[in-house]
Amino acid sequence: MRTIRFLLQKEFRQIFRNKAILALIMVMPIIQLIILPLAADYEIKNINLSVVDHDHSPYSRHLISTITASGYFRLQGYHSSMREAYDLIEQDKSDLALEIPSGFERNLIRQQVDKQQLFIAVNAINGTKAGLGGAYLSSIIRDYNQHIRMEWITPARIQPIPTIEVVPSNRFNPLLKYQFFMVPGILAILLTMVGGFLSALNIVKEKEIGTIEQINVTPIKKHHFILGKLIPFWVLGNVVFTLGLLVSWLIYGIFPQGNILAMYGFIWVFLLAVLGFGLLISTYTDTQQQAMFIMFFFMMIFILMGGLFTSIDSMPAWAKVVSRLNPVSYLVEVMRMIILKGSGWSDILPHLGTMLGFAAALNGWAIWNYRKTS
Amino acid sequence: MNPQEPVIKTEKLTKRFGDFIAVNEITFEVYKGEIFGFLGANGAGKTTAMRMLCGLSTPSAGHATIAGFDIYRQTEQIKRNIGYMSQKFSLYEDLTVLENIRFFGGIYGLGDRQLKSKSQELIERLGLQAEAKKLVGELPLGWKQKLAFSVSVLHEPSIVFLDEPTGGVDPVTRRQFWALIYEAASNGITVFVTTHYMDEAEYCNRISIMVDGSIEALGTPKQLKSQMNETSMDGVFYQLARGAKRGE
Amino acid sequence: MKQFITFVKKEFYHVLRDRRTLLILFGMPVAQILIFGFALTNEVKNAKIVVVDHAKDEASRHITERIAASQYFDIQEGLMDRDRMEAAFKEGQIKLAIVFPRNFRNDLLHQNHAQIQVVADASDPNNATTLTNYVSSIIQDYQMGLNENATLPYQIVPQIRMLYNPQLKGAPNFVPGVMALVLMLVSVMMTAISIVKEKETGTMEILLVSPFKPVWVILSKAVPYLFLSLINVLSILLMSVFVLQLPVMGSWLLLFAESTLFIITCLTLGIFISIKTQSQQVAMLISLMGMLLPTMMFSGFMFPIENMPVPLQIISNIVPAKWFYIIVKSIMIKGVGFEGIWKETLILCGITLFFFVVSLRSFKIRLE
Repeated sequence: MRTIRFLLQKEFRQIFRNKAILALIMVMPIIQLIILPLAADYEIKNINLSVVDHDHSPYSRHLISTITASGYFRLQGYHSSMREAYDLIEQDKSDLALEIPSGFERNLIRQQVDKQQLFIAVNAINGTKAGLGGAYLSSIIRDYNQHIRMEWITPARIQPIPTIEVVPSNRFNPLLKYQFFMVPGILAILLTMVGGFLSALNIVKEKEIGTIEQINVTPIKKHHFILGKLIPFWVLGNVVFTLGLLVSWLIYGIFPQGNILAMYGFIWVFLLAVLGFGLLISTYTDTQQQAMFIMFFFMMIFILMGGLFTSIDSMPAWAKVVSRLNPVSYLVEVMRMIILKGSGWSDILPHLGTMLGFAAALNGWAIWNYRKTS
Repeated sequence: MNPQEPVIKTEKLTKRFGDFIAVNEITFEVYKGEIFGFLGANGAGKTTAMRMLCGLSTPSAGHATIAGFDIYRQTEQIKRNIGYMSQKFSLYEDLTVLENIRFFGGIYGLGDRQLKSKSQELIERLGLQAEAKKLVGELPLGWKQKLAFSVSVLHEPSIVFLDEPTGGVDPVTRRQFWALIYEAASNGITVFVTTHYMDEAEYCNRISIMVDGSIEALGTPKQLKSQMNETSMDGVFYQLARGAKRGE
Repeated sequence: MKQFITFVKKEFYHVLRDRRTLLILFGMPVAQILIFGFALTNEVKNAKIVVVDHAKDEASRHITERIAASQYFDIQEGLMDRDRMEAAFKEGQIKLAIVFPRNFRNDLLHQNHAQIQVVADASDPNNATTLTNYVSSIIQDYQMGLNENATLPYQIVPQIRMLYNPQLKGAPNFVPGVMALVLMLVSVMMTAISIVKEKETGTMEILLVSPFKPVWVILSKAVPYLFLSLINVLSILLMSVFVLQLPVMGSWLLLFAESTLFIITCLTLGIFISIKTQSQQVAMLISLMGMLLPTMMFSGFMFPIENMPVPLQIISNIVPAKWFYIIVKSIMIKGVGFEGIWKETLILCGITLFFFVVSLRSFKIRLE
């Protein structure tokens, strides 16, 4: 125990002495937490719409104004041909083109042709945006359609037809704010990055400057040495996380709905796991540059496969397996559960168990692979 | 205590890296309180041999005991009984003088009171009172080396290994450094030192000279000189090292 | 020229010797393409949902069957009541719940009106919207089926065509993004670090005192990375064509020419960073924070730029990767020729020239 005390004293002194790095550790995550959710806004709005109206009738105009009034679409302009609209899509000036055929009003209202078609072309390079944009437009047209029927069909004239009304309700985020979704995830990523990179570079740095030799000839126990490295970053991770939580509360008004203690409990174990992973990489590499690159490689996989941007449910089976082996995916999920859904201890218990396993395995491996003797 | 009691004893100690034999069956003994010079050209295998003796590197073959402990099985006990100062300066440059002393003393298990008195004493002996709270990185090289040595014997080991401790240091500081070494030896600490400076070799009680991984000569400086018919250690070294195939 | 080749050779030795880093450099694009191509989809598939059926009648069963048959949903079995549903949401086990009220069929047949409650986990808002939409359209279909005999007048049928990417795959969006990211990493970060490393170890001094012009020393360091980057471009394109089945619609030659331009832009940035910094760690941090992060954020491949606040939109204009991303997307996916991207090309040229001149000037100052 005494040895650990001295190791800790040393590590903390070194951390606090390097003011530039310390400031970076504290300030960078906060700046990122402020900017990233603003940038990472996938809320679909401002879809640029080009209209080719061959009909020029009151009904077609009404349809267009209904669409633009929805708030999702921004009228980019009117065009005389679809060719022109396609050109704009090609130049990325427009995302979606709507063609209203001539005779739209006549067919629909006066002649009561059964089906009156509208033609819509969507720039689908960005699949999400295209999918949602198309869906929004369809549902607006559906509503408009309903509206016309109400207007023209006198209740007596038709047989009553059964209708099913779908009543949607959005739990945990009724206003569908995208930031609610992103902020907990970004917090998770920042924590992972700070912990992972710092610990990965640390032992390697001692290797590079040679001080590790001096440590290796002392009777220090391997697990003491690793613990001495682990604890300071663990404390730092907690500080960064708490700061992040404060920032998301002050700026985005996002405050954990669930059990805060459960969240910290999970964070504590998670930090152990991610720091263990960093130390593990540290024991396998010889230079800081190598450690950096290898960590970068894994970070990329962890973050992309962590369910931050895309849902893990939609992944193919092999990718689901990979994401089960990814500690970050559990963190992202737990953060969203506790912060947004108000989950508590019992809800996160399985995740906590898995994370304990990760922490034990990674740290065990790191201790095993840290050799005092070559 | 028997002055002829061996504290380092090696028998055909060997280290191979693949096909390359870095250290080839070296056998020697070092006695308590002795200053043992370990000489050789660059690449002769000195550092590798020393790393094996310190428990930093596992030998490929042969036997050795350090302070009575086996080099294979008892590396942790060995580490309690030795001090080590590497070629590369290896105190923490971003800690102060005092913090470094306390840290290394602490991990060798010195008690709080012991630490306090020892570090006080050490700083006074080195005349570093004014620098005690300065970062080690700000000290001139010579002072750093003296500090590193003092730290390596802080826990009163029975043997201290010094790997080219005076490289790049001015003659005056070297002289002071050797005064520290003598002091340690007179306190019963065995000193095992590698060096390139032949005048330093003359300060040693006994020396060995390694060529291409093997020990080619072993004895007191006087013995070696008379054996080889040379007037200086320079000459002895030159005669032996001339035949070396490895090195620069 | 001969000296230059000697220098370039030396740099190649350096680069090729560090196997671990090399492995990561070539492994990175492969891993990214695999992850983006197969693991990350914006499509919703197999979303876990529950059906809380208080009605347990023919109508509710029919609708449930239809939902179960769709590939979008994966209905979780088990007797579900409201409390259990609540818990399942909190544990993250389900994304959506469909609640049929008691007497659902009765209401539908006798009052011609029935309600279905669709509860979505909106902690992921887009996912919630998409899922709710799918459920609605399945229910709508069912309703249409009920009304088959009755003719429904005044019907507008929107016909939607998805251009360029009919299956709404993620690939067309990210392949250009991965290219920008990997080129940034290799050309900016590696170049910067390798030059600063020579400064740190002091070998730079030796090179600079040689009769060879200092500018050439620096340029020779950039050449191996130009090659590595081109190999990466080729491997990404081959993977995207053969593994992701995403063909290059436009000209390969144009694509390579534009990639080379972007690589040169990146190399210039790397050289610029290396001139301004003194230690590897600082160079690393600056390339990571100042180059890679903005590339991910502001190139438009992960996050739509038009949704950002105006100041960030303005910032995005100085990120070279944004322009490269547009260029690659235009050539690869839309098959646009040079006439469609000359503006972006010009901007990239401008950025390159700017940093080249600035680097050259600060380099001279350092030498004096």
